[in-house]
Formats: sequence, structure tokens, C-alpha cells
Amino acid sequence: MPLPTGFAAQLQKQLPAGRVLLQDEDCAPFETDGLTMFRRRPPAVVFPDSEADIINIVNCCRQAGVPLVTRGAGTGLSGGALPHQDGVLLVMTRMNKILNVNPLTRTAVVQPGTRNLAISEAVRSHKLFYAPDPSSQLACSIGGNVGENSGGVRCLKYGLTVHCVSALRIITADGDVAELVLDRPGFDLLALLHGSEGLLAVVSEVTVRLSPLPEKTCTVLAGFASVVDAGDAVAAIIAAGIIPAGLEMMDNLAIIAAEKFVNVGYPTDCAALLIAETDGRNEDAERDMQRLREVLQTAGATSLRQAKDSEERDLLWKGRKSAFPAMGSIRPDYYCMDGTIPRKHLGNVLAEISALSKKYDLPCANVFHAGDGNLHPLILFDGAEGETDKARQFGSDIMQLCLQVGGTITGEHGVGVEKIDEMCSQFAAPELQKFHDIKHAFDHESFLNPGKAVPTLNRCAEFGMMHVHHGEEKFADLPRF
Amino acid sequence: MSDIIAKIAPIIERIASSAAAKTPLQIQGGGSKTFYGNPAVGELLDLSSLDGILAYEPSELYITAAAATPLSKIESLLAENGQMFAFEPPHFASKATIGGITACGLSGPRRTSAGALRDHILGVALIDGSGQQLRFGGTVLKNVAGFDVSRLMAGALGTLGALTEITFRTAPKPEQDITSVVECAAEEAIDADNEMLGAGLPLSGSVWHGGMAWRRFSGGEESVRRAVQEIGGDVLTEEEQRDFWHSVLEQTHEFFGGDDDLWRLTAPATAPLSFGDNFIEWQGAVRWRRGTNKHAQASALAAGGAATLFRSADAGVGDRFPPLAEPVAKIHQKLKSAFDPSNILNRGRLYEFSDG
Repeated sequence: MPLPTGFAAQLQKQLPAGRVLLQDEDCAPFETDGLTMFRRRPPAVVFPDSEADIINIVNCCRQAGVPLVTRGAGTGLSGGALPHQDGVLLVMTRMNKILNVNPLTRTAVVQPGTRNLAISEAVRSHKLFYAPDPSSQLACSIGGNVGENSGGVRCLKYGLTVHCVSALRIITADGDVAELVLDRPGFDLLALLHGSEGLLAVVSEVTVRLSPLPEKTCTVLAGFASVVDAGDAVAAIIAAGIIPAGLEMMDNLAIIAAEKFVNVGYPTDCAALLIAETDGRNEDAERDMQRLREVLQTAGATSLRQAKDSEERDLLWKGRKSAFPAMGSIRPDYYCMDGTIPRKHLGNVLAEISALSKKYDLPCANVFHAGDGNLHPLILFDGAEGETDKARQFGSDIMQLCLQVGGTITGEHGVGVEKIDEMCSQFAAPELQKFHDIKHAFDHESFLNPGKAVPTLNRCAEFGMMHVHHGEEKFADLPRF
Repeated sequence: MSDIIAKIAPIIERIASSAAAKTPLQIQGGGSKTFYGNPAVGELLDLSSLDGILAYEPSELYITAAAATPLSKIESLLAENGQMFAFEPPHFASKATIGGITACGLSGPRRTSAGALRDHILGVALIDGSGQQLRFGGTVLKNVAGFDVSRLMAGALGTLGALTEITFRTAPKPEQDITSVVECAAEEAIDADNEMLGAGLPLSGSVWHGGMAWRRFSGGEESVRRAVQEIGGDVLTEEEQRDFWHSVLEQTHEFFGGDDDLWRLTAPATAPLSFGDNFIEWQGAVRWRRGTNKHAQASALAAGGAATLFRSADAGVGDRFPPLAEPVAKIHQKLKSAFDPSNILNRGRLYEFSDG
């Protein structure tokens, strides 16, 4: 459907030429975000430069009833920034300025299009850094991090985005500016905005909390003869009262692919590797690492390699950080899943995923944040060979598996369009209805990123019929069609 | 556990029938914090039967308890397992419950380094103002499915729902706490506290009062000892340390005595000391002041903060919370209507809302 008559001219009145794209070929590069299996070409793409620009665009869209999707760097992995086929895509890349750094209060005020890593780079001279580190941190924007409540490797110790943002300026659906500040009386709208996937408001400014660079960081690589042993070691580390700054796991398929890709000396004969890191004051980092090594040994580690210096440490991490691109050597496409489960179920869930991999005849590598129980199974497939549907079905089965052990369908990537059907499995109708009520409390006309994150109850009724083989019938009280 | 489910049924029924009749309800767990917030109106909805720890797995770092479970019972269990709530919630009376501390959203001195109560919530179960039972969040830290309703309950003072069950993150207890005290001016103390946090010192509590700065450091023994050596000052004995932080957390310190109004200012840590410079916590981010002050909210706003009348002996004192900016107030009203369309839950306790 085209934009309403005169709407394009309206947009052009708000922003200078070159910051409103309306031609099909100009809009084409924006038709997908980091989840490339979904594509929609937006009829208009706009680039605001200021809060005033955002307000004008929001008002234009609301008045004309045109959907508005906000996008940062477009690195999201659940299709949260997938454009609306009849709407405007609001791209924040020009709003990338660091407005203020206060080393004493350890805060930085930044525009929403600021890259995650750019914040840490800008404050390094003050011996500070911004802790949440999603793997896309080189490219992803802080506004997108707020929208998805992004995590990363360091969450167990340093928290998620919601723990590291102390204030937001938002543009409401009515076009008003609102300031949401931590530790103030009233409803915690600041928390509610985190992970709201652009459905509630548009973020125009973010105040982030910075952390001191640790005096010391200790990193160890531990090999295990089975994924169950490695999973048990993870639970044992936490049970010993150690909170590592990073605790990552890779399975054999991932180890071999990463080693082939970057050649860092990973032991390719072990079934699973843990990369564990402690940091902080010299004494704390060393003492925690000493205790951690003892736990790893007791848990049956077959090899331990501790980095001697920061070069070796970077090398140990290089394999982990290259794991995703390394998958290209096995299959042309991968589909990255994102469930979180209680740590004690790591071993058996990984075994189940391995069984599903055989059933679907698709390889699946596991590279993930074991300390948080946050799984990232990478389903490897070839879209050109028509394996996409099979990969999606495999992914859906993994999400059901996470729910069965008391986990969640998404730890840090968001629901977007990707997991919208699985939301029907995680939540019952009254909770889903409450999510819609919250959406309407912020956005009565439902024009902010419509159709994402929360499924309609009708959609769930359809999905429920598809999934009766899982046992319980969903939404028995709703009409079926 | 199943008897707790049985105890929830009549509460659901009571809320549903009150909604139909538009009868306001005052939610109460232990009744330890009725002093906080504006006076609510309506019939008493007693949740004290919802008492019980429902799940605790130390190695999974979470605990789930029914809303009226005494905080003291939970904290004893955590201590037996070498754990704690890192946000150090205040009790204010022995009967404080986990639901009450969540609804009030208050955190103690450890907030400095460990984050606020809302940062540690993983999941909730609640009954909304229509009598619907709802469940949000879960037991795992990383969870972004659906809007974060769990954290929305922190500090909502029961105006969005009657909490029936809460899951919090737990944390290992630090190996060592050491407190030192030095003489210094308030501005100096605030700057030094902030510099220490920036330098990675394991500061886990800071108070300035009457020309003295108290600082608690927590963590591994060696690192805490080095921190205290670096900053100097007189080290408190174990007993002095315990008593001092207890008096701050529970407001039994002499500063908090008497019947004068008690104001709580939250502000950027380094905001000017124009207001609330009598008792300072959280390296300047929370400041307390005694006495009647008609201009409290205006002067707090001028300092870039917000003032709450935390305690007052005068029941008719008027609004205890600062007014909300208009766009934020509008969203508050709509959220209230979404959760409690008849405006029956703790009516008036937080802000005045209109019906549906």
C-alpha cells in the first residue's frame, strides 16, 4: 500500500533533502535488519538530526496514521527493526554524538545512534568503560541496546543494559518529550522502556552508567570431555560463590570451526571449552581465578590454559568472537537462537539440541553465555537449497525446549517478528492482553512498530492449533478459525 | 505450596467483587511501612496468609517467595547459604515482608555498588485490579520476552496490582566488610566517594553526617584491607560497624529520631548542596533533611532532583511525592487504568488517579 496522498511531501517539509528517502532503490538497503530471513521494503526512510526532527516525524506519522519503525544500526537479530511495508523507517545513525562525559559521576549522555563501543572508546582516558557488550558492539547503537535490553558476555557481573542506564529522554507517541530518571518516585517507566522494542516511545537521549576499568583481568580456557561435564562445571562455579566477569562455552563443532578460521590454538579434541574470566582489584581477580581453577579441576577439566598476558588473553577471546563468522565454512547460512535456561539444565538441554540436530539433519553449533544460562545455538543451513523452513522449525523446537525447563524464548535478542508465535507458548492470554494494554497506554493509535513483540490473541489461537502435539491446548476459551 | 494457591483464591474473589462494587482496598502484608506514601483509603486487604518460600536454589542465584513471607525469614535462609540480597532492603519493623519491600522499592546502603531493588527483580505474580492473576518474568537473569512488568511493580506501592509472589536474584555474601570513618566536609566526602568508585575501590556504603564520612568496603579480604589503607581513617570494630550500618539502614540513627518531618532527596550525586545536606548517602545521590519545608519540592527540582516527604506525623500533610511532569503523568494514569480500571487498589497511596 502506498503512503497516504501528500504524506511524502509532508515528510520532505520536515527534513532537508537527502534525509528523506522515497525512491524504491534508495530504500532497498534498509529492507532488513540483522535477521536477514525477513525482508520488507519501506516506502520511506528518514534520518533525524535532532530531537526536534524526531518530534516532527512522530507527529506526522501519528496524524496520518502511518506506522513508524525506529532503527539504530540495524544489527538486531529478531527483526525488531524490520520495516513496515506501509510505514516510515526512522534511522538514528546521524544522531551519534556523545554529548557529555562526567568522569566523577561516571556517566555519559549520548544520542541514541551512538555506537556501543564508541562510548567505551570515548571514556577510556578516564579509565572507565561501558559494560554491556553485545557481540555486535562495534556496530550496534545504544538506542537499539535500550530497545532490546541487550546483554553480552559480562552481564552476570556487570548487568544488562537496564542496569547500566540511569536516564532516558523519550519522545512519546503524542510527540511530547519525557525524562525518565532512575531512583525517582512513581512507576519505573525507565525499566519498562528497556526491551520494549520500539513499541512504546522513541528514545532521543540516553544517560549511561560507566564502570571503572579493572586493575586486573585473568582469563582461563578449560577443555572438557563432554558438554555435560562442562555444564556441571558452570553450575559448580556459581555454587562456589564466584561471579565471573565472563563465562562462555563452545561445543566441539564451534571449537573446530573457530580454530580453522583464526588458528588460536584451541584444543580441537575436546567436546566442550569454557572460557572463564575474573576481573577487578588485583587481589580479587587473582583470588577468584585461583578458586575458579580449583572448581574447574574438581569438575573434571581435561586441560587448563591461563593467559599469561593481555596478548594471549585477546587470542583466547578471538576464537570465541570469531565463532559466528567461522560458521560460514560449514554452511552458507546460520540461524542464531537465544533462549535462556536455568544453568543446572545446560547438560541435558544441549543433549536434546544435539538430538534435534540429527532429526532435522542440520548441523548445530553452540557458542554461548554459559554463566547466564543464555544459549545461542547456531543452526547451520543453506537457504539456496531450500533449508530455511526446516531451520526455522528446528529453532522453534529449541525455544519450546527452553520453556519446558523453566526458561525463556529470548535472553537478549528480543522477540521482534521472529519469536512472536513462541510468545503464545511462554505467556497465557491474560498476560498477552496486559502487554497490549501497556502498549495502548503509551501508544493509543498503535503506530509505533506495530505488529512486533506481542502477538494478537487471534494469532495465538492459530498458532495453538499448529502446536497441539506439544500437549496442552492453548487458549481453549478462544474461537478457532 | 499448594496451600498458598488455596489462600490466593479468596483474595482473587475479594478483589474481583470489590472491583465490581468499586470498593477501594488497602493492601497490607506485614504493615511495617504504612508510614510511607500518602494515606490510602478503603477496606483492609490482608495478604499476611501468603507466607512461604516457594523455591530457593543457591547455585541458580534466585529465591521465590510468597508476598507476605517475612524478610527476616528469607534473609536468614540466604545467610545460611552464604548469600544475601545485594540491594540490602530496609525492614523498618520485624514484620517487614518481601512483597512490602518490593512495593516500596527501597534499597539500603549497598545500593551504592550493587544496584537498586528493581535491578534484582526477576519475576512476579500478581492480581490486578480486575481480579486477574498474572505472571511475568521468571527465574533467569537474561529474559526479554514481553514488557518488563516485574520491575514496574517496584515502587508502585501496590497501585498496579496485589503482589502474590516475587522472585529475586541472590548474591554471594562478601568475604569481608570493613568500615572506616574520617572527618571531612560534605562536598569533600561526596567527591572522594565518587572518585573511589571511579577508581574501582570496593565501596559498598557511604554516609556523611555532622562533619564525618563513614565508608564501608566489601569484597575479598586483601583487597578490602588495601582499600582501607589507601584512604586512611579510623577503622570501626566489628560491632561498631554492624551497629552503625544497621542504624543507617533501619533509621534508628539519632538523626532520624523524633517527630519532625523527614524528607528524602534523590539527585545527581554531585548536585549542589542547596537542600538536604544533613545526612548524605549513596555518595551524594540520596540526601535526608528534617523539618517542615513548604519549598522542599521546588528547591529539590532546582537542584536537578526530586524530594519525597518520607515520614510525617501529620496525616493531613498533603502530597508526599513530587508532582510528575505532564507527559509522564498522562502515561501513569493510562497504566493505572490498564492494571486497575476501577481504581480500587491502594487508592491515593502514590498519586491521585481517576477511574478508568
